[in-house]
Amino acid sequence: MSAGVPKAICEEVLTFLWAYLGGELPPEKMAEFDRHLQGCDSCTAYLETYRETIELTQGAFPEGEEEVAEMPEDLVKAVLDLRREDR
Amino acid sequence: MISILLTRQGWSPDLTGAARAALVYFHSVDNLQPARAGSAPDPLLAALRAGDESAFESLVRTHGGRMLAVARRLLRDEDDARDAVQEAFAAAFRTIASFEGTSLIATWLHRIVVNACLMKLRSRKRRPEEPIDDLLPKFKEDGHQAEPSVAWAETAETLLQRREVCSLVRSCVDRLPETYRTVLVLRDLDELSTAEVAKLLDLSENAVKVRLHRARQALRALLDPQLRRTA
Repeated sequence: MSAGVPKAICEEVLTFLWAYLGGELPPEKMAEFDRHLQGCDSCTAYLETYRETIELTQGAFPEGEEEVAEMPEDLVKAVLDLRREDR
Repeated sequence: MISILLTRQGWSPDLTGAARAALVYFHSVDNLQPARAGSAPDPLLAALRAGDESAFESLVRTHGGRMLAVARRLLRDEDDARDAVQEAFAAAFRTIASFEGTSLIATWLHRIVVNACLMKLRSRKRRPEEPIDDLLPKFKEDGHQAEPSVAWAETAETLLQRREVCSLVRSCVDRLPETYRTVLVLRDLDELSTAEVAKLLDLSENAVKVRLHRARQALRALLDPQLRRTA
């Protein structure tokens, strides 16, 4: 729980999490966020699940057989017909 | 239908700033990746430039499936996805002579189909989007989280072993409002850079970063109740 955690309150940390993760905050602000995360279980859990969300997104759309859809034969034909018409 | 906007002869005065940005981007996609030192000239590219019919067919068969998958992901409509693929190939065929081969053909085609999809998204009748605010974290007056966040019962790596979780993630991505989903797909799935997405969508890089962050937060909020229960 975050009650009593000083400085860099949860709202600031979660709003600017993108800048923190991208290392785009000034050094003193990075250090402040680090200290907040060390003392705030809720924000730490948020950060962890936020990272897992990114991992899940990338993993749920695999570049495997499901993702690489087959080009339907009628679409192949339509594309090649268009090329012939365009010439 | 082939979009007349995708020609190299300039643009229609009806184009919005974002559509112009997409066109400028489309014409610059060949310069995205440096040529690999010492790489041999692509024989397929040479055949395409020579107008070899079988090379065009090979291009469509080799790359069409992946392009269709990209279009389906961005457009969520089968007819629109097929149209976008056709428009992308038409644009590629028209510009193959000027493709310098400094990027891979797959990369070049990928950028073209993304561009075709974005043009299509812009041409759709604007519908009011659902606000995303309900899916963003809530805070008390003192700035602390209104509801404490808790870790999920399993790691992403473990969760991804389960088909139903992958399906859940895909359906939650589909539920995101379009402007957020588009940025999420382009950045986290298609792995375009922030600068590339900014150029495509005519946004500042900071705006892309903030929109991506909110999209991820919203997705996290949609997944959270389900994944807490998987213990």
